[in-house]
Amino acid sequence: MRKLHQVAMACAISAIMLSGTALAQNAAPKKEETGKDIAFNRTKGNCLACHGMPTVPDAESTGLYGPPLIAMSARFPDKAKLRAQIWDATAFNPASSMIPFGKHGVLTEEEIDKVTDFVYGL
Amino acid sequence: MRQQIITKLLAGVAGLGLALGAVGAYASPESDRQELIKYYQSKYPNIKIDDYVYGALAFDEDSKAQYDAIMEFPPYEADIDAGRKLWETPFKNGKTYASCLPNGGKNIAGNYPMFDEAKGKVVTLNDAINDCRTANGEEAYKLGDKNTMGKLTAYMRTLSDGMLMNVKVQGPKAMAAYEDGKKSFFTRKGQLNFACASCHVQNAGTRLRSELISPAVGHTVHWPVFRGGDNLVMLQNRYEGCFKQVRAVPPAIGSTTMNNLEYFHSSLSNGLPMKASVFRK
Repeated sequence: MRKLHQVAMACAISAIMLSGTALAQNAAPKKEETGKDIAFNRTKGNCLACHGMPTVPDAESTGLYGPPLIAMSARFPDKAKLRAQIWDATAFNPASSMIPFGKHGVLTEEEIDKVTDFVYGL
Repeated sequence: MRQQIITKLLAGVAGLGLALGAVGAYASPESDRQELIKYYQSKYPNIKIDDYVYGALAFDEDSKAQYDAIMEFPPYEADIDAGRKLWETPFKNGKTYASCLPNGGKNIAGNYPMFDEAKGKVVTLNDAINDCRTANGEEAYKLGDKNTMGKLTAYMRTLSDGMLMNVKVQGPKAMAAYEDGKKSFFTRKGQLNFACASCHVQNAGTRLRSELISPAVGHTVHWPVFRGGDNLVMLQNRYEGCFKQVRAVPPAIGSTTMNNLEYFHSSLSNGLPMKASVFRK
């Protein structure tokens, strides 16, 4: 029992230390952006302007221009197809109002990779 | 299912675009207007066309109720009063805007923009006001300036409240200007690749983030607007904002491109009553 207590204590301490490190990273100017960061950033992906994300609790006040992003791996079994959709949706549907993020250089190729990974997981 | 519906909608929009584009050379402005109204009504059969003058407010009862409450005591009345003073103050030569503009400046806003055959170009109401100024030895106002042209028209346009929008497109040169404006309206622009129509036709009544998007029909009858209650915005100021939002370089306010866009855009509201100046979010 005592041993368990010690383990729990050690866990708690390391958790605090870890979060401390995380805080320090937050404060640092060059924290690496995640796919979610890019997707949520209004000057980058701004996905929420048009798409709901029903499985993401902090995706609030989302727009309705495009379909909700859910069950994406089922809808896009081929991840490359999803990436191509983000890169230039008008290639598949000329009437789409979706921004051609890759074609028009709104996001970098690396950013599109990250956003694709994030969206694929929804 | 959802995707299917959207696909159908988009196909419909594409069809509309094709219809408008393909018959461009033959379509009359009136049939363009009817075509758009038909499109909106097929999506929103319960919204009366007369209510399109309220823009996005027509699609949301709560917002409309808030608007009605604000319009009882508009927070921008001081600006309208300042505009009235500008309107009533005679030029140095003793003449006034009323003596220069047709019908004393009353019930004329719905006739603008108009195509001036002598000049061979579209003249907006703001251009006509500046023509009055220069004809009477005054300097022209800067067209996008909110303090001068903005306040003046915020008052002056109220003199046309209730008049029905009546933009005329007659003759080949006027038609060419109209077609140019129509092209601007339907052409995608900027890094973000939006046309005016992407939002205000294809997505009218839909939410962009938490904002409801207004239909293009009914847009042009109520300018200037006071956004947030005190920020005066004239129609072409707003166009400039739209261009910037899609990361396009805006044409100059008062340029032929902007004026032709206003010409096309205004004719879409023909038959709807003018109402200046109003609150918008």
